[in-house]
Amino acid sequence: MTCEESEILMHALLDGELDAGHARDVEAHLAGCPACAEKRQAFGALREAMADAGLKEMAPAHLLSRIEAALPLPAPRAVAPRPYLQPSRRRFFGGFALGSLVTAAVAASLVLTVVRDDQDRTIAGEVVSAHIRSLQAGHLMDVETSDQHTVKPWFDGRVDVAPPVIDLTAQGFTLLGGRLDYIDGEPVASVVYQRRKHVINLFVAQRLGTAHATVTKRTIQGYNVRHWSEQGLDFWAVSDLAPDELDEFTAKISGALRPAGPS
Amino acid sequence: MTGGVLDDDKARRFRDAALPHLDDVFTFARYLMRNSADAEDAVQECYMRALNHFDSYRGPAMKPWLLAILRNVCIAEFARRGKQPAPADTVDTDPTREEIAMWQEPQASPETVLLRRHNDATVRRLVAGLPEPFRETIVLREINELSYREIADVAGVPVGTVMSRLARARAMLRDAWNVEEGAPA
Repeated sequence: MTCEESEILMHALLDGELDAGHARDVEAHLAGCPACAEKRQAFGALREAMADAGLKEMAPAHLLSRIEAALPLPAPRAVAPRPYLQPSRRRFFGGFALGSLVTAAVAASLVLTVVRDDQDRTIAGEVVSAHIRSLQAGHLMDVETSDQHTVKPWFDGRVDVAPPVIDLTAQGFTLLGGRLDYIDGEPVASVVYQRRKHVINLFVAQRLGTAHATVTKRTIQGYNVRHWSEQGLDFWAVSDLAPDELDEFTAKISGALRPAGPS
Repeated sequence: MTGGVLDDDKARRFRDAALPHLDDVFTFARYLMRNSADAEDAVQECYMRALNHFDSYRGPAMKPWLLAILRNVCIAEFARRGKQPAPADTVDTDPTREEIAMWQEPQASPETVLLRRHNDATVRRLVAGLPEPFRETIVLREINELSYREIADVAGVPVGTVMSRLARARAMLRDAWNVEEGAPA
């Protein structure tokens, strides 16, 4: 790998956009090239500085009011009448012409090496959005009970899966209730848990992202996200809980699913 | 399937899907429009347009979709005012410019030391001071947290262009930072 290639790809490496093979190639180059290694370090520091600077702004409250006022009917949350028409989660990149407008020739040859896993990334973002939305007043639960036998039937007819509702109170995760939510335009079940003051949303649906037998981990906007697939269902757990505690949660859910099958 | 029911349902779905991204949309608008009042107008226009097109929305994810609409609103507003906001398309007509500039960066000095001292206001100012299309690229990446592919989608350019712009944007930020810190740039 040349320094010119490395100067482009080191950014993709920093941004987590490289596949494993190319990540290794860049790392190998950086290991043998002090100049590039120094740049990578500087750009890494720059990224951290930007992240620390809290550059995301809050929309002023009056702007939200303006937009709310302009929307038709502030309808309350209700049971979804039907799944939102969205036949495919495929992303559309019409006119994505490889190399036609690429500014750096080097970059052109690299386009196909990056960016996989995009669907999961997209869904992970939506899952976090749904989690944040759920924390707003009055949005957390549609059915509020710590009784798993109340929560589970509540989902009947509201979503096309029977989400497992597992009581983990004894293990320190309090069942708060359930909620119907939308991810990527599809209705999904959310089972809501709490540990101390931290809310955990466990989203359950069929085909919500790429199937992963093992748990994949992400952190988005400070929230920890865990995704895995089991018994034909996709599970997404989101919380501001510490990573190891969320891992404990997913392990307990997964463990409870395994011996007896779906309850 | 009466119109009223459909409208209520549509409005609710739209609110649930689109309003959580308000901070992201507003932030992007602030960096594009450079002042809060213009940003607010652009955001409101963006949400109205998004609602009108919500029926035909099939993805991609909601956030990049909204940001793409917002970008169009801002470009249209600049065009209306007769000011040239240096939209990405015009800069790209000379593809060699970015490339040449990219390979002619001044050799940097001990950057890590220089990057250590910083404050939020400086970062914000330096980002705001970047020329387009580098500003929008770095904002979409670092603040709106879009993937390369989503940025390419929003800006209407190939992923390779996103990569080179991002490299250039960071190089410019780093150099500006070094100047800021009084270092030999």
